[in-house]
Amino acid sequence: MILSRTLESKLSSLYKAGKIVGGVYLGTGQEAFSASLGCSLKQDRDIFAPLIRDQAGRTAFGEPLIEATQTYLGSALGPMKGRDGNIHRGRPAERRLAMISHLGASVSVVAGMLVARRIKGELDGVVGATSVGDGATSTGAFHEGMNLAAVERLPMVVLVADNQFAYSTPRSRQFACKSLVDRAKGYGVAGTEVDATDLLACLETVLAAVEAARRGEGPQIVVGKLLRLCGHGEHDDGSYVPDKVRSSDLGRDCLERGIEQVVSLGLAGAQEIEQWREEAASEVQAAVAQAQTEPRPDPYRDNWRAYSWEGMEP
Amino acid sequence: MSVTYIDAIHQAQLELLRERDDVFLYGQDIGAFGGAFKATKGLQEEFPERVLDSPISEDAMVGMAIGAAISGMRPIVEMQFADFSSIAFNQIVNHAGTHFYRTGVPVPLTVRLPCGGTPGSGPFHSQMVETLYGHYPGLLVMTPATVSDAYHFLKESVSLDDPVIFCEHKFLYRWLKTAAIDPEGLPLGVARITRPGKHATVVTYSAMVHEAVRAADRLSEEGWEIEVVDLRSIKPLDLDTVIASVARTGRLLALGEAFPWGGVTAEVVSRVVAEGFHLLDAPPMRLNAKDTPIPYHPDLWASHRPTPESITQSLRQLLNL
Repeated sequence: MILSRTLESKLSSLYKAGKIVGGVYLGTGQEAFSASLGCSLKQDRDIFAPLIRDQAGRTAFGEPLIEATQTYLGSALGPMKGRDGNIHRGRPAERRLAMISHLGASVSVVAGMLVARRIKGELDGVVGATSVGDGATSTGAFHEGMNLAAVERLPMVVLVADNQFAYSTPRSRQFACKSLVDRAKGYGVAGTEVDATDLLACLETVLAAVEAARRGEGPQIVVGKLLRLCGHGEHDDGSYVPDKVRSSDLGRDCLERGIEQVVSLGLAGAQEIEQWREEAASEVQAAVAQAQTEPRPDPYRDNWRAYSWEGMEP
Repeated sequence: MSVTYIDAIHQAQLELLRERDDVFLYGQDIGAFGGAFKATKGLQEEFPERVLDSPISEDAMVGMAIGAAISGMRPIVEMQFADFSSIAFNQIVNHAGTHFYRTGVPVPLTVRLPCGGTPGSGPFHSQMVETLYGHYPGLLVMTPATVSDAYHFLKESVSLDDPVIFCEHKFLYRWLKTAAIDPEGLPLGVARITRPGKHATVVTYSAMVHEAVRAADRLSEEGWEIEVVDLRSIKPLDLDTVIASVARTGRLLALGEAFPWGGVTAEVVSRVVAEGFHLLDAPPMRLNAKDTPIPYHPDLWASHRPTPESITQSLRQLLNL
């Protein structure tokens, strides 16, 4: 969480300094929820399809920091080689999917990765997970994907970060049910709800969902109640969020609360946390510096091939 | 014994399931029921784990197949009707079509689209959609007009690493027969001269190949020799064969069953004009369906799409008769 917050704060500065072209999308305030998923998954076998506010989950699931800076800064050596940017990155061969912008689209894709494993007899002990926001639950793709996963009774975990606003649209204009966890009942899957500003609660709830899926109890929806503590992207100041919501319990910072929790449990002291912050700063600095020295993509060298089949002329 | 177009599709899927453990079929009503057109009849009985009924969720069907394809499987998705693939458009063009370029990981997925008109099917069970998918990068679009092409292309679709949009024409399912499937198929990317001629070239694909041959037969009674080129796939598009034909005849009619705005016929004409303008003895022509939704009544439907009569008329115009 510290690493993710440090990286994202650096990315925001780079964007504001004009060093990043396109958008920068942060997960400020969502780190506890996202990281809990990344920590609960097994890096050697599980599947993770993150969405735009999952830097913490990506890091916890083992995505090297350099892949974030390479993709944001347009390095030709990064996983997307400058062909796609910012949060649209991943290494599908390592079960880390590269999201498309269309919300809800990852749900059925993760389901298919699990179905493939079932047909091959390799599903035992594997969990597939994806994250969405409250806005994505309004899409047909989310509904179709959840229903399909439920029909196939797949070991799948879907995190719904109910962060109060989809871009600028409040949840009252997004859905009419009291809580998004009510949807779980309709799909015939397990659903839980958690105060996602509370790191310990997130860890407990998300891990329990992942383990339930792993035990064969079918898809699990976990709804995290929180507030996005940043704009939709760094181009957006989030001025549409009323002060009343900002100052409510939803607006608490999960990172600050998490540190308090860790300290009060005696898991780390103030000095140690300061050391983590310093380490994070130097790791981020190194990842940014490396990506900045790497070559940009060269339009004269890109093979401009959208096909793997060589019979298709570029 | 004879083999129909739908038999060829059934046979190809049966053989694929038997030959490869990584192939599975996914679609609505394709299991015990055998599919709306019986393209998967009896297959679930032999392969219960690999012939799966899906919910009515076209978007999720293709999303699921994408996930399976990047996990080492070779899924074949059956859309009940090509028209319904509009619901899956996002997954097909934005997810499957972009994946290889973006990530370097190919998506070996085949989407079978029962397309084209049959009498009485109306606006939502008759459409030609190849233009939509041909437009987007990353997708191969096959449009077989013969029984053997349907068989070989479907088998080849599965062995290719890229997503394939397999447009099978419903009008040909039971009407089109051959004594036996050719043991050797023509390669993908090569058009076929279905009927040689010297006075004009008709470039077409899918069921319209047969309508073009009928029109050519009529004109042959008057001494006109019309060459019919079957594109076989619209992406890749074999322009070399088209240009060579136009070089022989000097006249081009691009014929398609799809709506007239843009599309394959427009693409063929624009490429021939750009690369072979000097070969043309007359302005190239296009003939397509009408620019209205596809009507239900058989009498209206028969006039909505090109017919041997309207094709003959266009050819007469092209030949300045």
